[in-house]
Amino acid sequence: MAKLNMVEAIDQALQQEMQSDPSVIILGEDVGRDGGVFRVTDGLIQRYGEDRVIDTPLAESGIVGMAIGMAIAGYRPVAEIQFAGFAYPAYDQLVSHASRMRNRSRGGVHGAARVRMPYGGGIRALEHHSESMEAVYAHVPGLKVVVPADPYDAKGLLVAAVRDPDPVIFLEPARIYRAIKMEVPEEPYVVPLGKARVVRPGRDVTLIAWGAQLRVMREAAERLAAEAGTEAEIVDVRTLSPFDFETVVESVKKTGRAVVVHEAPRSCGFGAEISAQIMERALLYLKAPVARITGADTIPPLAKLEDYYQPDAPRVVQAVKDTMEF
Amino acid sequence: MAPINTLVSYSVQSVKVLDEDGSVDISLMPELSPEQLKALYEHMVLTREFDERMFKMQRQGRLGTFARVKGQEGAHIGAAFALRPEDWLVPAFRETGALLLRGLPMQQLLQYWSGDERGGAFPRSLNTLPIAVPVGTHMIHAVGIGWALRYSGTEAAVLTFFGEGATSEGDFSEAMNMAGVFQAPVVFCCQNNQYAISLPFTKQTASPTVAQKALAYGMTGIRVDGNDVFAVYRVTKEALERARLGLGPTLIEAFTYRVTDHTTSDDARRYRSEEEVEAWKRRDPIERLAKYLRAAGLLDDDGVAAVQAEAENRVAEAVTAFEAIPPISPEETFKHVFADLTPPLAEERDALLRRLATGASPGATKGE
Ligand SMILES: Cc1ncc(C[n+]2csc(CCOP(=O)(O)OP(=O)(O)O)c2C)c(N)n1
Repeated sequence: MAKLNMVEAIDQALQQEMQSDPSVIILGEDVGRDGGVFRVTDGLIQRYGEDRVIDTPLAESGIVGMAIGMAIAGYRPVAEIQFAGFAYPAYDQLVSHASRMRNRSRGGVHGAARVRMPYGGGIRALEHHSESMEAVYAHVPGLKVVVPADPYDAKGLLVAAVRDPDPVIFLEPARIYRAIKMEVPEEPYVVPLGKARVVRPGRDVTLIAWGAQLRVMREAAERLAAEAGTEAEIVDVRTLSPFDFETVVESVKKTGRAVVVHEAPRSCGFGAEISAQIMERALLYLKAPVARITGADTIPPLAKLEDYYQPDAPRVVQAVKDTMEF
Repeated sequence: MAPINTLVSYSVQSVKVLDEDGSVDISLMPELSPEQLKALYEHMVLTREFDERMFKMQRQGRLGTFARVKGQEGAHIGAAFALRPEDWLVPAFRETGALLLRGLPMQQLLQYWSGDERGGAFPRSLNTLPIAVPVGTHMIHAVGIGWALRYSGTEAAVLTFFGEGATSEGDFSEAMNMAGVFQAPVVFCCQNNQYAISLPFTKQTASPTVAQKALAYGMTGIRVDGNDVFAVYRVTKEALERARLGLGPTLIEAFTYRVTDHTTSDDARRYRSEEEVEAWKRRDPIERLAKYLRAAGLLDDDGVAAVQAEAENRVAEAVTAFEAIPPISPEETFKHVFADLTPPLAEERDALLRRLATGASPGATKGE
């Protein structure tokens, strides 16, 4: 099996879906000739031509709006927004149309745009390139929100998203685009949407995260085991909407403790939703309040201060210790 | 049945004053004193030198990603040279020379591009907004400022810069429309450098020019050779004058070329030929001005060397000043979210400072 990084895994997923389904169309800024600014769509225009790999004008609302129209007309558009920080011009299209077309037409037509975008911090980039605003999509009824944490899941989840009948926001953690290489099966496969995954079993505390924070969780779990004999169970949420509360709640019922970690701002972050779900569904199992380790409610700082903003393993370890001693 | 004719027809002419050999069309030449001519030249050389130095610093890891302006000095410096101190400048991100001309200290720009947000604190007296990275979203702010200038009876105008890629964004249309409707004293200056990252101008819009877009919004549109600093200066000066007099907005398309990669993260060889780039390098705006100045007896070899040496000195001083800036404190992140620190933010800040006081060092996760 070939070892791929996330960029290569996504590129492969797109290539294979385009190969097997002629209705799959790629569109976005610089996705063709340039292969995307992160090279995620590298080589696709050479294989499938300018009509199926479309270099669009610089217009996010246009890209997503057009994708909605293509979906209505029976195609499976996969739009790329160059950075999540530049998706806001398209937010109106997502909220007012993509998410509602099915409901508005009582199931007649749907606006199943799949919108991929790199997101998140840790890449020492300019302003607007480090945001983690998944909650603003998860808050919109009618949008599915997916965040892969490694190359294997990235491929399988993207295949699922391309084949899904509904609009999907597919958030790719830019920080780990090339940071992890792992074995990825050559043949297409599906990692179903709406299913979280226990990536490390443990008895003492449940750590819940998605995207690039999974790596932070793993490091924290190792340290906890070594330093304190605390065995953390890690749940990768993978799909924020629909949220797999069963997997999370089941784990928390076992451990009795939960720490949710995200790099997005704390207030109204998706961690608040998870915390509420646990409280509603597993209150009597809890031995401590659900803890949150998050970004601050500030504008994500530029490169020099970025590390102070991002959650890191020491913070998670401390939060777990506090939870254990509660 | 008789055919229905199109309602409007138009033609767009391009203004050129200074050609590649350095000779000028006297009938179109703007009034510029010898001192002004030298100042223009010195400023363009300084900007080029600063840009080169920033590029080197980026490659050494001392600056983050930024957009170079090499080859576009004629366009944005020519336009900004027509500003008065009481006018406003609303930039995008590829107008280094205009920012410096406004009086922004070079070390402050270095600070900003190094990833230190304190560099964004442009002195209020410069009437210059900070750099706007989200493409095409800032021109409407120029319209709001312009509206306010008119309402308050201030005889001043606003100059806003953007690339041709920005004209595809919805906000561009909204800004143009509202400027037209409110007769806002705004000059929209599009540096059409023919590429938005990899997308060539011909794929950005089906319009043969940016300038013609003015027509639909009821404003004056004009296209100039953007590597001809005299032409850009002249049309911008006149547009700003009209704006200050309440005669409405103007769209200027300065047709130029991006001879560098899009940013320091880009590789332009993936989407265009070296020959194309080389051909445009030969139309260099600084060379052109230098030829004119030599012919006019205002510059000679010694003069060129002296201007270059002076630029290098000033840039070196700025780099030294930049390096002397004390590191940014983590508290800065919390300082300007709101006018006053709110209780929840104060709590988050204090928690961070407590963690740091215990010796915790925030750091990237293992393996990065
Ligand atoms: C809204 C938005 N979308 C995408 C980007 C990413 N991006 C940065 S610069 C750029 C191209 C800009 O082209 P143009 O407006 O012509 O200006 P130029 O860079 O050529 O000066 C793109 C796509 C962005 N910064 N903002």
